Amino acid sequence: MQLNQLNKGDHATIIKINANKILKDRFASFGIMRGEEISVKGYSIGKQTMEIEAGATLIALRADEAMKIEVEKRA
Amino acid sequence: MKPIVIALAGQPNVGKSSLINALSNATLKVGNFSGVTVDKTEIIFNLCDVISSTDYEIHIIDLPGAYSLTEYTIEEKVTKSFLQSDEYDIIVNVVDSTNLQRNLLFTTQLLETGKKVVVALNMDDEAQKEGIEIDAEQLSAILGVPCIKTSAANKEGIEPLKEAIIEVFNRPQTSAKVIYSDPIEEEIAHIVNFMEQKHFKSPLPYRHLAVKLLQEDETTYKQMHDKPIWIELLPIIRQSLQHIYLHTTTKDLDEIFADEHFAFAKGAKMEVMSLKSMRAKNLTQKIDNLLINNVLGIPLFLLFMWGLFQLTFELGSLPMDLIDSAFGWLGDQTKVLLGDGGLGSLVADGMIGGVGAVLMFLPNIVILFLGIALLETTGYMARVAFLLDGFFHKFGLHGKSFIPLVTGFGCSVPAYMAARTLKNEKDRLITLFIIGFMSCGARLPIYVLFAGAFFSQEDAGNILFIIYISGAMLGLLMAKALKLFVFKGEDEPFVMEMPKYRLPSLKLIWHTVYGQAKSYMKKAGTFILFASILIWFASNYPKVDAPTHLESNQVKLYELEHSYLGIMGHASEPFFAPLGMDWRMAVSLEAGLAAKEVVVSTLGVLYALGDDVDEGSEGLIAQIRANIPFASAIAFIVFVMIYLPCLAASMVFAKEAGGWKYLVYLFVMTTASAWILSFVAYRVTQLII
Repeated sequence: MQLNQLNKGDHATIIKINANKILKDRFASFGIMRGEEISVKGYSIGKQTMEIEAGATLIALRADEAMKIEVEKRA
Repeated sequence: MKPIVIALAGQPNVGKSSLINALSNATLKVGNFSGVTVDKTEIIFNLCDVISSTDYEIHIIDLPGAYSLTEYTIEEKVTKSFLQSDEYDIIVNVVDSTNLQRNLLFTTQLLETGKKVVVALNMDDEAQKEGIEIDAEQLSAILGVPCIKTSAANKEGIEPLKEAIIEVFNRPQTSAKVIYSDPIEEEIAHIVNFMEQKHFKSPLPYRHLAVKLLQEDETTYKQMHDKPIWIELLPIIRQSLQHIYLHTTTKDLDEIFADEHFAFAKGAKMEVMSLKSMRAKNLTQKIDNLLINNVLGIPLFLLFMWGLFQLTFELGSLPMDLIDSAFGWLGDQTKVLLGDGGLGSLVADGMIGGVGAVLMFLPNIVILFLGIALLETTGYMARVAFLLDGFFHKFGLHGKSFIPLVTGFGCSVPAYMAARTLKNEKDRLITLFIIGFMSCGARLPIYVLFAGAFFSQEDAGNILFIIYISGAMLGLLMAKALKLFVFKGEDEPFVMEMPKYRLPSLKLIWHTVYGQAKSYMKKAGTFILFASILIWFASNYPKVDAPTHLESNQVKLYELEHSYLGIMGHASEPFFAPLGMDWRMAVSLEAGLAAKEVVVSTLGVLYALGDDVDEGSEGLIAQIRANIPFASAIAFIVFVMIYLPCLAASMVFAKEAGGWKYLVYLFVMTTASAWILSFVAYRVTQLII
């Protein structure tokens, strides 16, 4: 499933990132990489932007970017 | 004295600026490199090494914060290009000890540059409070470079850091090493071994060269291409790459090495860091639960904003009035001294008035920037962007656009400067272009005058509201249009760190505010002064002798009509005629290019009442009602809403947008849309009544 389909409080593992090199680099510099675990901290009104935690970093991203990250939800 | 040039690099929010302050004690010399929004700063100071009793002259180049050596943001572009192509001796990498893994990712990229590196594990005090323990010696061993624990806030570890810098500076070569996974290490060893056998002469260490070759680094290939060893080296590299691909799912070397760096940073962190508690993280979480709450988040933000603008414009108006009257007094005194002639008028009205106009905005700017610096350093600004991006993105803007736009309702000058908080060039330009649509405080008297003249007391308030709201909506539509037709192309992705909440450092805030104020005074000030002299000249020359039978207030009208400004007004009459405006309205609009405050007083002169009128003046209201048709008045209001902001604001706009050509664009855009909408308003009103 896509990252922005998760609910607040969900934990997930990143399985694939479908983005160009620039965006991939940006993700990587925040620790958003294949195999890493993330958790969803919250959404803004209308789910346009979301906040996730990867490693010890809190990251805000738009739904457009979150769509490019495939995750597997963890129980 | 030996010079040491240090490139200070680190991710954003790691306390680089504070560390520089701690290192240099007092900033002896600060010079800015050119650049619109991102500046590299150079700080120079002397350092005496006690052990070898050598004097060093330290040059620190403070590079903008970058998350990695990529080109995602302007900051990263500046940093990357400096690190790769400028001359320097050492990289001092400032690392946030409370977020070791992400910071070490950048460190690995710096280690790969082949330059000498010293790592400052900064914010040690905060890390300790959070229960994070880092084994600096172990980390030094892993990275092969000295890692020094520092706390810029408490001035701890500064001396050891200086010693490490000098020690590393005197080493012949860097000992930095990034360790890769076994398959890659094997291939590196293979290539290094071959170079050793060939006794290949290289200015760079073999290992470094081997890594660059495996990464398919273009410059390295170009350099190696002309060497005789190349013929034999090439097949070895080709084979090595084939071996590496056996272990990976992709043949994209960027991706392969990104994975390697990540694994290295993660591994290093695991080995040197231990966590005892999770206190501070929970604090940020708790504040966030409130501040970006779905229900409370936006109301709380609006409350903060309301407070900030109250402070800016209420508190700011006190010194503003003071400055205004002080310069007024100074002008009067000058006239007493120099007489009421040309020279007196030039100095008093042109120059002193001009300087006064520049200084007037200073209290606003200082207070607003104090507020914005507070929002930025505490980490709240990122939350603002998060909360509002959903709405603003629909119009091609960014969540952070909100603050400059709302500031625009007060005054465009600080608003243009506030747009600096937008790091993306396109977002910033679009925001800059539409700030003028947010009607500033100085336009209010014009609206009040016309609303008072043409609408009943009860309706006037509603009319004002409609004027402000429709201006703002127009601005948003204009942003959308700019996005669709001018600043085309795909959206820059929005992936942003939400930094931990931190208490602001007073010193840093003072520094930012002082810097902004100074740059405003220096750059905008000179142009505003020059332009106000020009406007003064246009409205006072050529001198004509008014016929003697005229009364004193008609003399002023006569003089203004025959001044360059009046001539211009007459000349531009055909331009304004389709909008139902005569030359007098044209002149007051043109005078409004200098400052919107002037529009009302010019109308006063032109309707033969003298310039001592304000928007509440019964005589002026009556004159306006009697002389201006309703439809023309509507067209006038619409024109005032949209056309170019005042001179001071235009100067600041040109500077913030990064060139005079943008001011030309802005002039064309605002004038064209003001004219068209005015025309529509005029015709529609004529049809209705």
